[in-house]
Amino acid sequence: MSRETLVNLTMLAGLVLVPLWALWADEPFTITLATRAVILALAAAGLNIALGIGGLVSLGHAVFFGIGGYAMGVLAYHAQTYTPLMEAPVLIEGTKSMPVIWLVALVASALAAFVIGLLSLRTSGVYFIMITLAFGQMLFFFTISWARYGGEDGISIYLRNGFPGLNTLVPIQFYALCLTLLVLTLALTAALMRSPFGLALNAARQVPERVRAVGLDPFRLRLAAFTLSGAITGLAGALFADLNRFVSPSMFSWQLSGEFIVFIIIGGTARLFGPVVGAVLFVALEHWLGGISAYWHIWFGLLLLGIVLFGKGGVIGMIAGRARTHD
Amino acid sequence: MTLILLVEQVLNGLQFGIMLFLLAAGLTLIFGVMGLINLAHGSLYMIGAFCAAAAAAATGSFLLGLVAALAGAAAAGALIELLVIRRLYARDHLDQVLATFALILIFSEGTRWVFGSFPLYLDVPEALAGPVTLPGGIQYPLYRLTLIGAGLSVAAGLFWLIARTRIGVQIRAGENDREMIAALGVDIDRLYTFVFALGAALAGLAGALVGAIQSVQVGMGEPVLILAFVTIVIGGIGSIKGALVGAVLVGLTDTLGALFLPALFELVMAPAAATQTGAALASMAIYILMAGVLIWRPTGLYGARA
Repeated sequence: MSRETLVNLTMLAGLVLVPLWALWADEPFTITLATRAVILALAAAGLNIALGIGGLVSLGHAVFFGIGGYAMGVLAYHAQTYTPLMEAPVLIEGTKSMPVIWLVALVASALAAFVIGLLSLRTSGVYFIMITLAFGQMLFFFTISWARYGGEDGISIYLRNGFPGLNTLVPIQFYALCLTLLVLTLALTAALMRSPFGLALNAARQVPERVRAVGLDPFRLRLAAFTLSGAITGLAGALFADLNRFVSPSMFSWQLSGEFIVFIIIGGTARLFGPVVGAVLFVALEHWLGGISAYWHIWFGLLLLGIVLFGKGGVIGMIAGRARTHD
Repeated sequence: MTLILLVEQVLNGLQFGIMLFLLAAGLTLIFGVMGLINLAHGSLYMIGAFCAAAAAAATGSFLLGLVAALAGAAAAGALIELLVIRRLYARDHLDQVLATFALILIFSEGTRWVFGSFPLYLDVPEALAGPVTLPGGIQYPLYRLTLIGAGLSVAAGLFWLIARTRIGVQIRAGENDREMIAALGVDIDRLYTFVFALGAALAGLAGALVGAIQSVQVGMGEPVLILAFVTIVIGGIGSIKGALVGAVLVGLTDTLGALFLPALFELVMAPAAATQTGAALASMAIYILMAGVLIWRPTGLYGARA
């Protein structure tokens, strides 16, 4: 067993055991913190598919997070006010059912990622970074002026949505649901990394010319990865909205997009568990440093600067050494 | 819609665009010469505004405030270039994005620590307060008109610096081939620090000038930074001329979009719905403009063809 696998298993065990301990010790706030960490990890795990494997530095992934959030917000808002979402040509009603909301969030954010990818992937490098950033701002300002769904104030949902067979109002049950989705996503990512698609995508990041020479189209590979990546981040957005029972344009903010990248880099780029380690560390630091100093962002900024300048490979890289390039 | 309103809005758009140019020029210069994407450029804008507000409050002189803004932003720029940015030139864009993102966190929270969360106010100088009557009987704030003039003179100075002076030759040579000009005996490290400090000073100047018509507060740099990014993407990264054209385009699109789009939708929709749709679309107009430019020319209007 490699050291990286050991780190991953420890992390996973921690994600299972700490909330169980919190349940036993009656510390519901710890469970909420853990849920927040797991959902942010899921969002960053989505980005990791585009950024880690595909090398696509998207500074606009909060777009998909926000779209997932608004998918939940809009559907639940119509359900709680008993108004239909649309009457003509077909009647569409709101819903409080998580599986339906997730499906809508996945499809909507996948569609958005496909369209944004189609336009942005024509460019590369700095242009790509800035264009994804600009699309993020575009949707941010759109939701601010979208008065029908609260504009700047967002939408409050009074009751968490339901999942068949579970009581999602119990923190540990909602946590279990989020953790399951994260583990499924990580399993999918692991399978993807080894699949022909993942290998081709990886190759398209390193030497696009050779990929083209063997008859594959780097643009289509990247577009597929970007779409999948956006869809997963969108799902995380729907969960995040459910955790807070609130959506607002701040889910589209570009700082959030930056934080997703930060999670991946702190954890370790292109590592399976990189986003998880990064998100858990971020939430823990936010909680502890935030309790010590109101200006904790300074210390976090310095830490981040140190990791970028001196710590190649993030936390996993420091513990487990270089990534294995061959099996 | 009257002609007076239109002229006013065009002037507002022009003023906004020119201020955007001051920010975008530094950004595009730093990218063109050093290949660095600098998210912290908005923080330098904020530092300029805070230096100006603090100096003007202490001395009562707006001019001294401007001097403080230029000096403060240039010093902050030179400092971060020496301590952090220098290590990033050889790194990939991802590391540059993250490190400069970390700088934003440090600068924003640091400023909040020193000055608190409440906005500061910077008054328009006595001599420039009040309106001026333009030909045609249009009343327009003298200060905003001064901004347009000041910004255009800085732009002219910058073009002169790049095209006509020795340092400009070195900057242009640095864009093309950094090994070669290092081999010719130009101290490339000093040149880079100079270019970075120059870009920072321009950003600080813009922050101070705009600070007098908006409030000076933490976080003021980021929205305008993103607009500056849009500007240089439209103009073509690395091109000063592109930054100027892009900035004016963005400024005019933003102000005229807010004016015309709701009116345009009123032709086909109910007034309430038209105002809403128009406002929503107007807030996205510059990004739609950018997407359009990129579909047409993926490297911007004046960018190098890939």
